[in-house]
Amino acid sequence: MHYESPVREPLVLGNKTYHDITLDVVRPVESTAPKAWWIAFSIALAMFLWGVGAILWTIANGIGSWGLNKTVGWAWDITNFVWWVGIGHAGTLISAVLLLFRQKWRMSINRSAEAMTIFSVIQAGLFPVIHMGRVWVAYFVLPIPNQFGSLWVNFNSPLLWDVFALSTYLSVSTVFWYVGLIPDFAMIRDRAINPIQKHIYRILSFGWGGKAKHWQRFEEVSLVLAGLATPLVLSVHTIVSMDFATSVIPGWHTTIFPPYFVAGAIFSGFAMVQTLLIIVRKLFKMEDYITIQHIEMMNIIIMVTGSIVGVAYITELFIAYYSGVEYEQYAFLNRATGPYWWAYWSMMTCNVFSPQFMWSKKLRTNLVFTFIISIVVNIGMWFERFVIIVTSLHRDYLPSSWAMFSPSSIDIAFYMGTIGFFFVLFLLYARTFPVIAQAELKTILKSSGESQKKHHTEDDHAHH
Amino acid sequence: MFVLPRNVKFLAYALVLAGAVGLAIGFTQDPVAEAGHDAHGTAAVADHHNDHAAVADAHGDHAVDAHADTAGAHAEEVPADTAVHAAGAPTDHHGPSESHEAVAAHGDAHTAHGDAEMHDAHHVDQSGNRPWSALLVNSIFFLSLGIGATFFLAIQYVAQVGWSAGLTRVFEAVSLWVIVPLLVILVIAIAGLNHVHGIWHWMHEGIMDVNSPNYDEIIAGKSGYLNGPFFIARLVAYIVIWFGGAYLLRKNSLAEDALPKGQNLWKKQRSLSAVFLVLYAVTSSTSAWDIIMSIDAHWYSTLFGWYTFAGMFVTSIVALNLIVIYLRLGGHLPWINANHQHDLGKFMFAFSIFWTYLWFSQYMLIWYANIPEEVTYYMARFGEYKPYLITMVVLNFLVPFLLLVSRDAKRILGFISLASFFVLVGHWMDHYIMIMPGSVGMGYGFGAAEIGGFLFFSGLFILVVGRNLGAAPLKQHNHPMLKESELFHQ
Repeated sequence: MHYESPVREPLVLGNKTYHDITLDVVRPVESTAPKAWWIAFSIALAMFLWGVGAILWTIANGIGSWGLNKTVGWAWDITNFVWWVGIGHAGTLISAVLLLFRQKWRMSINRSAEAMTIFSVIQAGLFPVIHMGRVWVAYFVLPIPNQFGSLWVNFNSPLLWDVFALSTYLSVSTVFWYVGLIPDFAMIRDRAINPIQKHIYRILSFGWGGKAKHWQRFEEVSLVLAGLATPLVLSVHTIVSMDFATSVIPGWHTTIFPPYFVAGAIFSGFAMVQTLLIIVRKLFKMEDYITIQHIEMMNIIIMVTGSIVGVAYITELFIAYYSGVEYEQYAFLNRATGPYWWAYWSMMTCNVFSPQFMWSKKLRTNLVFTFIISIVVNIGMWFERFVIIVTSLHRDYLPSSWAMFSPSSIDIAFYMGTIGFFFVLFLLYARTFPVIAQAELKTILKSSGESQKKHHTEDDHAHH
Repeated sequence: MFVLPRNVKFLAYALVLAGAVGLAIGFTQDPVAEAGHDAHGTAAVADHHNDHAAVADAHGDHAVDAHADTAGAHAEEVPADTAVHAAGAPTDHHGPSESHEAVAAHGDAHTAHGDAEMHDAHHVDQSGNRPWSALLVNSIFFLSLGIGATFFLAIQYVAQVGWSAGLTRVFEAVSLWVIVPLLVILVIAIAGLNHVHGIWHWMHEGIMDVNSPNYDEIIAGKSGYLNGPFFIARLVAYIVIWFGGAYLLRKNSLAEDALPKGQNLWKKQRSLSAVFLVLYAVTSSTSAWDIIMSIDAHWYSTLFGWYTFAGMFVTSIVALNLIVIYLRLGGHLPWINANHQHDLGKFMFAFSIFWTYLWFSQYMLIWYANIPEEVTYYMARFGEYKPYLITMVVLNFLVPFLLLVSRDAKRILGFISLASFFVLVGHWMDHYIMIMPGSVGMGYGFGAAEIGGFLFFSGLFILVVGRNLGAAPLKQHNHPMLKESELFHQ
């Protein structure tokens, strides 16, 4: 067992045994859904259906039903796409990067974070697919041998790289998530009384027997997947940033985009994890597992990544001045003072200023405040993408082509629909999956449980 | 207590001496007489950020072809004397990189303008920069060892790292070194502002003066940031913040040793580290713009600060690996074993890849967009410096990747040492390629000044770090994570 310094705070509160953990984690799966769950699910489902309506309308009537125009040919859809992809970053960061960094506190939050990742990448994928117009030929984006004549994907295009990056990310994240779930599904299987439920979980748990060999393979595959997934954390948003940065449009073409987009993605991803977990811990009474310290750690990551994003904003502004290129200078001046100034300053306030509150220990351990900031950050990150995309396009090179963008009702419905869809998936997950990786969590109980830790400290003193 | 062995000390003194001799030779040689001094080619900068600027990259052996292309394409627009001057460029092998871009504007209004504005490059002989540039390359390289270690030390505290608690004294010893290269850089900067050398293009006489023949409109536009007093003020700020951070972390760490058993200054160190990291987050970028990016004064890249930081950090991690190996072999760190080395090796491996990621991001985006303002930077580096650039990327990426990808390799001292050697060479070359094209252009080489500068700093580094290591016990016995570090295994 790993020794743990007494200065570290416990990660599992109370006097827990292994069996307590099992019971606490399995409770939402084995009990019937509370009324609050049904209310939330109904709202999410209604929003989802609203979105389905918008998607069907778009497919039937074409992209003309969106608010795009000749000057601003990319706006709402790609903003939402990048926003959702960004949110999808925290899961893999928590499960892969924090695994490599041996951060034990990831164990209570990684399951939900990974679920969130997968669900949000699904939302992200909807936008470019629908924007293709003729969705039934969406498979044209894959470089498959074909009989379409000279029709072949454009390997020079970052949009094609997106296809590869996202599909790799989605598949690796899903495998990673699923591998972690196997021992937990087996735990539910072993406890299940209802034969149908037992059968379903038997299939899901792949015949897991909990033998030493199983655990050895489990750990090995986790480490290999973590190694594979770590570059993916960087690559996905790097390639998304290249959708813009490879162009020659002022405000888009800037070399800092790849790492800066990655930092922003982690920033928004953690904010979304924070939003979801504060609700989950309350509804499912998981306060002993998702402790204030977990919330605090995530707030610190939000603060650090928010500040990195802030440094990137300032770097862009400075280099625009320093470059002496008047197009660059205008692009940034127009962002801050042009017709979309309100979007720019919303972004600045939400992303750069609001996370600075987290320097205060009192604020970063306050649940209500954390919850509000987590939502503020996600609003800010939506505006960031909107600002980058729309303000760079709406002032075309010819003043006669200058235009503004405003979303149509279909745009709004589509976006709200993805939020509904996301919550439908997340709520279903929360009722049927173990929301905490209990098998992994049990491995740290001896070293990081509150009562166990107290024990060690007493031992320590006895020895000296 | 650690004592630098006599033979190592002797070697270090010998290195300092040899280095000083090398530098002296480098500085006293008259490169101008050697080179024939009608200087560098002509940079006809005609409002090149306005309108459709055509860049004729006339450098290296390709100069003639490249020029011919441009002349063909814009024959009627290129003013006659620009063509003559540009044609002169290839015969001159000592021009600055910027002189290799004959920029001809072909908007009518700007052509006339360009004619009047054309100036015969900036009259500071670039080949005279050679010894100073060599000194700067070595200063930056050795600066990275110190500042990277300070950053790493601060990270250990804020991230509540356990495994490294038995190594903090080594990090401290290296971090205090940061002052030496910083002071040398300050001297180089003061010399530049007094026109002793012309490494920094924007410091050239009259470059921001409209009435001067050296006037450069683009550089003049940056005078709010690139000016003598502000530049020196920023360098002083780096000295205060960086050395101040290293000094205070060390001071508290020593004070902690004096406390009774079980008490520590860990919380204080954590706050101090957090403050340092915030300041470093800003100064790491600004220092890269100041000291390195402003050499190619027209050029800019938003990623440059982070890119430079990644290179510096990885260089430092590599040096820390080597120092830890040396101390372990000497039996000075009995509480450190293959597990700790493995983690240090992982950092070297991971951040070599991270550095490559940033290198590639910057390179690829500039190559892809192909904008004249930006792409000139890589014209020189992918022109006459091409073999070095490619070797550098191989050394900094492929070599550590292939050597250290396996778990066992990161636990075998021979493999780590081998990889460390190559990566150190690679990052020295990276700094060389960042600095030389803009400051000496074609007149680069590996002579007395480059080698001497390296030997001089190496000797000093060994002496200073050896002294720091010996100044305190190598174990910080009140560190609350120490037991975690001692029992650490993976």
